[in-house]
Order: sequence, then C-alpha cells, then structure tokens
Amino acid sequence: MDAFFLAFTMVFNLETMLIIIAASLFGLFVGAVPGLSATMALALLVPMTFFMEPIPALAAMVTTSAMAIFAGDIPGCLLRMPGTAASAAYTDEAYAMSRNGQADTALGSGLVFSAVGGLFGTAVLIVAAPVLAEFALNFTSFEYFWLILLGITCAIVISSDRPLKGAIMLVAGFLIASIGMNNPAAFPRFTGGNTDLLGGIGFLPMLIGMFAASEVLRSALDRSPKATIVDQPIHNVFKGMWALTVKYPVQILRGSTLGTIVGALPGAGSDIAAWMSYALSKKFSKEPEKFGTGHVEGIIESGAANNSALAGAWIPALVFGIPGDTLTAIVIGVLYMKNLNPGPTLFTNNPQNMYAIYILFIFANLIMIPLGWATIKVAKKLLNVRREILLPIILLACIVGTFGMNNSAFDVGIMLVAGVVAYILEENDFPVAPAILGVVLGPMLEENFVKSMIKADGEFAFFFARPVAGILGILTLMVWTYPLLRMIWRRRSARGKAA
Amino acid sequence: MIRSRMTRRVLLAGATALALGSALGSVQAQTWPSRPITVIVPWGAGGGTDATARMIASILEKQLGQPVPVVNRTGGSGAVGHQAIASADPDGYTIGIATLEIGTMHHQGLTPLTHEAYAPIGLYNSDPAALFVRSDSPYKSVKELLDAVKASADRRFKASGSAQGGVNHLALAGMLKAAGIPVTRVAWVPSEGAAPGLQDLAADGVQIATASLPEAAALISAGRIRPLAIFAPKRDEVMKDVPTFKEASGFDWSIGSWRGIVAPKGTPADVVVRLQAEIGKVVTNPQYLEFMKSKGYATGWTPGDGFRAFMVESDKGLGTTLAEVGLKK
Repeated sequence: MDAFFLAFTMVFNLETMLIIIAASLFGLFVGAVPGLSATMALALLVPMTFFMEPIPALAAMVTTSAMAIFAGDIPGCLLRMPGTAASAAYTDEAYAMSRNGQADTALGSGLVFSAVGGLFGTAVLIVAAPVLAEFALNFTSFEYFWLILLGITCAIVISSDRPLKGAIMLVAGFLIASIGMNNPAAFPRFTGGNTDLLGGIGFLPMLIGMFAASEVLRSALDRSPKATIVDQPIHNVFKGMWALTVKYPVQILRGSTLGTIVGALPGAGSDIAAWMSYALSKKFSKEPEKFGTGHVEGIIESGAANNSALAGAWIPALVFGIPGDTLTAIVIGVLYMKNLNPGPTLFTNNPQNMYAIYILFIFANLIMIPLGWATIKVAKKLLNVRREILLPIILLACIVGTFGMNNSAFDVGIMLVAGVVAYILEENDFPVAPAILGVVLGPMLEENFVKSMIKADGEFAFFFARPVAGILGILTLMVWTYPLLRMIWRRRSARGKAA
Repeated sequence: MIRSRMTRRVLLAGATALALGSALGSVQAQTWPSRPITVIVPWGAGGGTDATARMIASILEKQLGQPVPVVNRTGGSGAVGHQAIASADPDGYTIGIATLEIGTMHHQGLTPLTHEAYAPIGLYNSDPAALFVRSDSPYKSVKELLDAVKASADRRFKASGSAQGGVNHLALAGMLKAAGIPVTRVAWVPSEGAAPGLQDLAADGVQIATASLPEAAALISAGRIRPLAIFAPKRDEVMKDVPTFKEASGFDWSIGSWRGIVAPKGTPADVVVRLQAEIGKVVTNPQYLEFMKSKGYATGWTPGDGFRAFMVESDKGLGTTLAEVGLKK
C-alpha cells in the first residue's frame, strides 16, 4: 500500500501534470493532422524525455500515444483522411456519417468508446502483467530464446500481408543491430575500423529517422490535392452516447477484448486491431448491409479496439521486454534509458513504478474526454494547418532532438540516413516496423542463444528439456511448419479423393 | 586516406563544425557545467555499479544544478562502456564509472584499453564477491559444494554472475584453483552483470552464481537464493552469519570488485579538479552514505593520484590471477 501511495505522489504533482497536459495537446495535434502518425509523435518525444525523470517521461509517452490514436478519428470523419493508421479501418464509414449529417455522433462515439476501450485495456494490463511477471521470474535463457523467436514469428505472420518482405526487413534489423561490439564475445562486427561504430548504431537516432524524418519526406513529396472539409456545424458530441452504450454492449466488449489481445501480440498494434474489429463487427452484425453507408456500429467496435490495443501492447513490453507494437518498441528504448529495464524484476524491485504506470493509463484515458472534446471544437482550424510551415519545424525538431541526446553529429547522420532509407523502403512496400522489432529483439535473441548453448554444452535437444521452454519451442516450430504441413495435408486429401 | 575520399563540401562542413567546437571548448572551461553531464556505466541497469552511479548522479545533479543522466553502455564484457568513456569528448561533460574489469580486459586481449586512457577522479567503493546457490539446492555448505564439484564430470556444473573474465568469473575460477580443482571443471555462462546472472540462478538456469552480497540482497530476502561464503578476509558487517571462504573451506581466497569515477584522458585539469571536489562532497552526503549502508555497499574516497596508484596495483594483481587460471592471452 505504501508503494501505491508513493506512485500516487509520483503522478499527481505539478511537474508531471504539466507534462501530461502538454503531451496531451501534442498528441491530439499530431493525431489530428493527416499524415503525422502516432509513432512519429512518440519518436519526436524521445529526445525530450531524455531530460525528464522516469515517471514524467512515461507519462508523456502514455498520454501522447492515447491522444494521438483517438485524434486520428477527427480528420477521418471530416476529411476522409485518417489522422493515424489506426483510424484507417473506419474512415470511410465515419466520413459517410458526416455526409449524412451525423458528424456529431461519429466524432462522439470515436471519443467516448476510445476512452472505454483504453480503460478496458488498462484493466487487463493491471490484472495480467503482475501474474505473468511472477511466472516469468522462473524463466531462464531457454524460455526467453523461444519466447523471442515466437514473438518474431508472430510479428511476421500476423502483422503484414507481405510476410516475405516483412521477413527481409526483420533480418535487416538483425543485421543493423549486430554492428559494433554489443555481442556476447565483444567482437567488433561490421565496424570497418570506425570507432563511432564500435558502440553500434544508436537505437534512438535510428527511430527518430525511421518514424519522423521519413514521414516529413513523404508528406513533402505528396502531391495529392488538399481535401475539402465537410461543412457542417458540430453541436453536442456526447448526445446519444449512453443510448449507443446500451444498444451495443457486446460490440464494445468484443472490440476491447480483441484489441487488447492483438495489441499484446508482438508486431501487431492499433491499426491491425481496428481492421480486424471492423471486419468482425460487420460479420456478426444484425444489419451488415448498413456497413459502409454511415453506420455507427463498426466505429464503436473498432474505435474501442484501437485504443485498447495501446495498453495491451505494454503487457509483453513490460514483462518480457518484447514490444507489442512499434509504439512500445520506442517505449522500451526509453525504459532502458530511464533505468526501468523491462522484465519480471521491474514488478518485484520497484512496484511503485508499476503502480504509477497503471495510474497514468487510467488518468490519460479519463482526461481524453474533456481534452478530446475541446479538440473536436477547434478541429476545423487544426485541419487547415499548412504543411509547408509544419514540415520544416518537424525536421528541425528531429535534428536538434537527435543531436541534443548525445551531442553527437554522428547520431544526426544516422538519423538522416535512416529517414531516407525508411522512406525509400516504404515507398516500395517494405514495412519498416519489422526492422525496428529486429533491432530490439536481435541482440536479445543472440544473447539468450549463446547462453543456452553454453548451458547445453552445444546439445540443441536441451532447448526442449525444461517444460515451459519445450512447449514454447514446439509452438514455434508448429507455426513455422504450418504452411508446409497444410500443403502436405491438402495433397494427401486430394490424392485420397482421386483414388 | 579518409580525407582524400571526402568531398569538398563535407570538408567544409567539418571545418565549420571544428571551428565551432573549439570556440565552445574555450568557453566551457570557465562556465562548466553549462549543460547536462552524462555518466556512462559499462554494466547493466539494476546491478551494483549502476545503482551506485545513479545515486551519485542524483546528488551531483542537485549540487551542480545541471541534469546528470546515467547511460548504460553494456556489452563486450564491459569493453564497450569503458571504451565509450575513453573515447568521449574530454570536455568534462562525459564521465564514467570504471570498474575492476579495466584491469582484466586487456590481459584477456579483449581491448588494448587500460586505466591510462582516463583521468582518475576518485575510487568510491570496493565490495568482496560471494558464493551463492539456489535455496532448494542440496549443497548446504561450501565444503559440500566443492566435494560435489570435485567428483563431477567436466562442465556438469554451470555458473554465472558476470561476463567472461569478469570479477565474478575470476572469483569462481580463483576459488576452484585454491581448492585444487581444475578451473575448466565448471562451465561459465556469461551474463551482462550480476543481476541477470543471479536471476538465472533463481530460475534454475545455472547451479552456482558469484556476485557481491548487496547485489544479491533482493533475491536472498525473497528466499530464492542462499549465500554460502564471502571471498574476503573478514565477514560482512550486515550479513554476519555468512562465513568467509577461509572459515568455510580452509582454503584462502579473496577477491572483490571496485568502482571509481573517471573522465576521458585530456579533460581540462581545472574541470578534473572541480569534479574531484564535487564528487568528494557527494560521497560524504548523508543521503549517499545512508543509501550505501542500506544496500550494504562499502564506502570510501580515494581521489586523484591515490586512485591511479590503486589501479596500477589492481592491474598487476589481476594479471597474475588471470595467468594462473589460464585466461590470460
């Protein structure tokens, strides 16, 4: 209980509160401007968190991401352009509602059910994370090895419709992470004798480049004409929300549950949760024919899903250090920087930090309602922000922020190169998220593999000797061989029929 | 060679940056500290070096009125972080924690780096290593464990607690050597510091671990691991019931890690003197002393030349031990 009280004072003090308010406004702004993503918002925050205490830094990350994911609904509804990828699933639906004169209801349900989904995901985080952490205290390098491998596999299988390109990017991430001396044998790899490279490619500069600088490039080169805003007065967005809650309780619960689960799976985040929920909502709806014509049901379900996925993604990130999505990959980088190394000991050694994270999540989802309401009120002005003013400011923030972290010009170089490379890759349909996962998980995978091989005296069978490790290992191998097995099975049954 | 490949534009940019840098440099000596001072820790967060560095940083921050962020640069058995301190700009805005490994790594051929790459600020701590088994381990004493190891096949016992050739590895190797058991009998599983090594012991990943008592305090009080002996001439003042290795086995062997603050060589002398004075003040701060005592870390302060002499001595002693256990290259 002492720890809980301590956590309360860590969150509810002037500094943290001011940071939460500032981060909220920042997140709402970035989310509402089409073309600026939630990941970009977090990447831009990283250099600022460098100078903050751990809890205010986490507060900034939690609130910014929650607000950005909600605010992405606003341009979707008024411009037919999703503010963030997480809103893309139901943008057409929300826009259709606006055209029908129901912009109030579309925006209101986006706001209210985002908060509900966020709170649901937080509740699961609070219940599940400590239990998992207790369990994970008994994990050795064998269990971690399989868990990381399974996570990587899931990331490629689930997260992309292009598994081969995803796998290529993942391996590219491994390759980047292997540069330098950060390996169990302390052998300098791929440094070409350059001392700057001995410590490896900086993770944070690379992040800022991949997720912020690359988006500046993309927006700058985007020649599509400016969309026109639906001209419709917005009155009371909260009107009729209670009636919708009573009408669609199953949808809200289903969206939140699916969102949390998808969020917790490595590599899949809010955007995939929203797509899956929207599809599920349509499938189980009593009136599927109304979907696409401006029907609120799907917006409620997937709006809840994308915000619950945010909290869900923190579960594996905190317990195992395995990011649930790109947002938590950034968060893990910040956790390491702040001496809050993810892992089961985070829960036993410093419980107050965990309580503080829970409180932050609840608080962020609650203040989302008034702040989101205010944002909707000024939305039309926000959507008219000129790109040619905004983009140079963001690029400048990238450069200054990267330099400020280590006062290293080399880091700025890494950031810019990463930005250009990420832009070129994305333009050619190579997803960059698996690459960042590869950079985070590659060194962990190698370290646990080497440790396990030493313990096993080189006998690979030992990787299956401990019960939990064995189960995880078999599961991984099953996922790998599933396409092959399915092919064999089909041939057999085809042959059976022919005979 | 590199210069010839540079384009004119790059060269020009470089020259401008250089001019800017040197202009800043002369101002720094008078106005230090005018921006955050980074402390590089060559070991993982959660270990003893990290915990003490963070305590010092937090007090230093208040004294200087500038943020003092702590950065963990792990990997390479400590070589990465120690190298990062040595190759940082010697402007007084990057300092670091050097540990005993600065005297072992070069003997092992991991890096050419020695203590000569640093300007010593001061030695603030030195803690003996101790021997641990899991709470449900069948070995209740050092004698039982040593007998079992002696009778076992090579590499059947696995131990962890530090990187290859790290202080805790040397503690184990020296123990085996002292007891007349071949050093290769126990396989060493490298870890990025004491905390992950002890966690691996608690989770049944290895059977033996070596680390200092304060580093193991959390897992001992949680009832997951058990100390068998401490590698020191005297018992610990807090955990008085843990015997010394000599008392428990009859063999003599003691070793301990040490931690000191260093700046990259070439840091302006006036800044070094200022750092010695400021950190000298930190280590007498009641908050610091209370923290160190509550965690069981030994305290002390040997600044400047005294610290240099200590490092020279430590380097020599470790070279001998490494040669004895066959890790010297």
